[in-house]
Amino acid sequence: MKKLINQPDNVVDEMIEGYAAAYPGYVKVLPSNNRAVVRSFEVRPGKVGIVIGGGSGHEPTFMGLIGKGMVDGVPVGNIFAAPPPNPILEVTKAVNTGGGVLYMYGNYMGDCMNFDMAAELAAMEGIRVETVRVTDDVASAPEPADRRGIAGGFFVYKTAGAAAERGYSLDEVVRVARKANDAVRTMGVALSPCYIPQTGKPSFVLGEDEMEIGLGIHGEPGVERGKIRTADETVDVLLDRILSDLPLARGDRVAVLVNGLGSTTLMEMYIMFRRVKAHLDELGVNIHRSYVGSYVTSMEMGGCSLSLMKLDDELAEMIDAPADTPTFVQA
Amino acid sequence: MQFTSAHLRQILGAIAEEIERQKDHLSALDRELGDGDHGVTMSIGWQAVMKALRDVPETADCAAICQTVGMAFLNAVGSSVGPLYATAFLRAGAAVKGVDPLSAQDLLNFWTAFVGGIIERGKAKVGEKTMVDTWQPALDALRKAYEEGKDVAECFRLAAAAGKEGMLATASMVSAKGRSSRLGNRSVGHQDPGATSAYIILSTFSDQLQNLFGPQGGIG
Repeated sequence: MKKLINQPDNVVDEMIEGYAAAYPGYVKVLPSNNRAVVRSFEVRPGKVGIVIGGGSGHEPTFMGLIGKGMVDGVPVGNIFAAPPPNPILEVTKAVNTGGGVLYMYGNYMGDCMNFDMAAELAAMEGIRVETVRVTDDVASAPEPADRRGIAGGFFVYKTAGAAAERGYSLDEVVRVARKANDAVRTMGVALSPCYIPQTGKPSFVLGEDEMEIGLGIHGEPGVERGKIRTADETVDVLLDRILSDLPLARGDRVAVLVNGLGSTTLMEMYIMFRRVKAHLDELGVNIHRSYVGSYVTSMEMGGCSLSLMKLDDELAEMIDAPADTPTFVQA
Repeated sequence: MQFTSAHLRQILGAIAEEIERQKDHLSALDRELGDGDHGVTMSIGWQAVMKALRDVPETADCAAICQTVGMAFLNAVGSSVGPLYATAFLRAGAAVKGVDPLSAQDLLNFWTAFVGGIIERGKAKVGEKTMVDTWQPALDALRKAYEEGKDVAECFRLAAAAGKEGMLATASMVSAKGRSSRLGNRSVGHQDPGATSAYIILSTFSDQLQNLFGPQGGIG
């Protein structure tokens, strides 16, 4: 393992310190908890507070998405570990301006338990909290409700953030977020592992000529391992799995995210996107808006994921809405 | 001889040491099934517990110690083990509230509440390849040994033996909970890291009881 770090045990705290120092116009760390990161700018009173979170190691997600039209606060967990209830509660109190708070996070057992405990504590303090769990990872379970959340969460956070910015009530923001989550599917492929700083060990081992389809965003083993294929063949495998789960008809509109897992280059991602576009063109499916880049990573893992969100007019409007965060700007 | 808060502190310290010794092993098991950090997570949690206990006055009873342990562990690790062991220690503390030292019956109440807290929070059942596969058979064996009137040290020795069997059995199970459940049949052949760290806690508690109260027991 080679990383530019100091003490492995301090990586999360030092990352937060550096991030807050780099973007004081967007974020600040709460004095009450050094794992509670919230917006440093004012919003309209009564705007629904958008809180997302999870473990570290997925940068720029989650705290990179704090900004206008997106997210108000992020409790930060250890690497690949859900944050505890304390920072979640502190973030909740800080971003509530009277309109209530929406929690959104990937559907992992640890995140569910810690966010649920925080929601109970927030309710005791008189703050209304609702929850939408992201379940876009097609490979993780047959039943949609049992699935984990990976890169497609970006679309869910984006649409909910836009709805909150528009002045939607908490119930309405929840409705939009649920609709977005129901319309998103993601499939990933991994080429090389990431390394947890404290262990220095690879999260999994793949042969030089192997790839793994459906691998989880924390390096959880996937559903199928085989010889590495070309970019076009890989896109076709990912897309077929997505389309068998999210049927699309000629004339449908989608948002597309080709997401790098950490060390995969933009060059590779553009090559992947090229095939996505050609494949969807053949099907008569229109790409309404596309995103290519490393939005949700697993440290230095190699590989990428493909996310599709089927759009109706409302979701398209929310996806098109402007956003301004340190790591994501859309005019 | 009765079980005092000083005994509890001593045992907690022994558990933290054993977790530290085995953290690389736990992470290695987790790399086969999950994200490879279970040893790191348990180590962070138990180190935070030891740090928090340094600020707890000598006069604190077992219930107060458990409260501190639960919250320190939870807020250091989050994750899924955070809420599970926090709930376990908070429930166990509540079960012995106002009691000091603990009798043999109190120790049974403590462990019943501890395991009950884990099951209530995690909603896992035996056979799903989780820490419950260690804790549930251990608790069942503990209750049975108590009913048969065995001495306390022997009761916990039997509980640890049953927990070990449960832990080993996870190797042949298909994962049904947590991140590893996505593996399906590929999870077979690997022992569950959560069941393994549960056995470290359980067996250290039992070993310490043998040391403290001897092969003849004598507590309560």
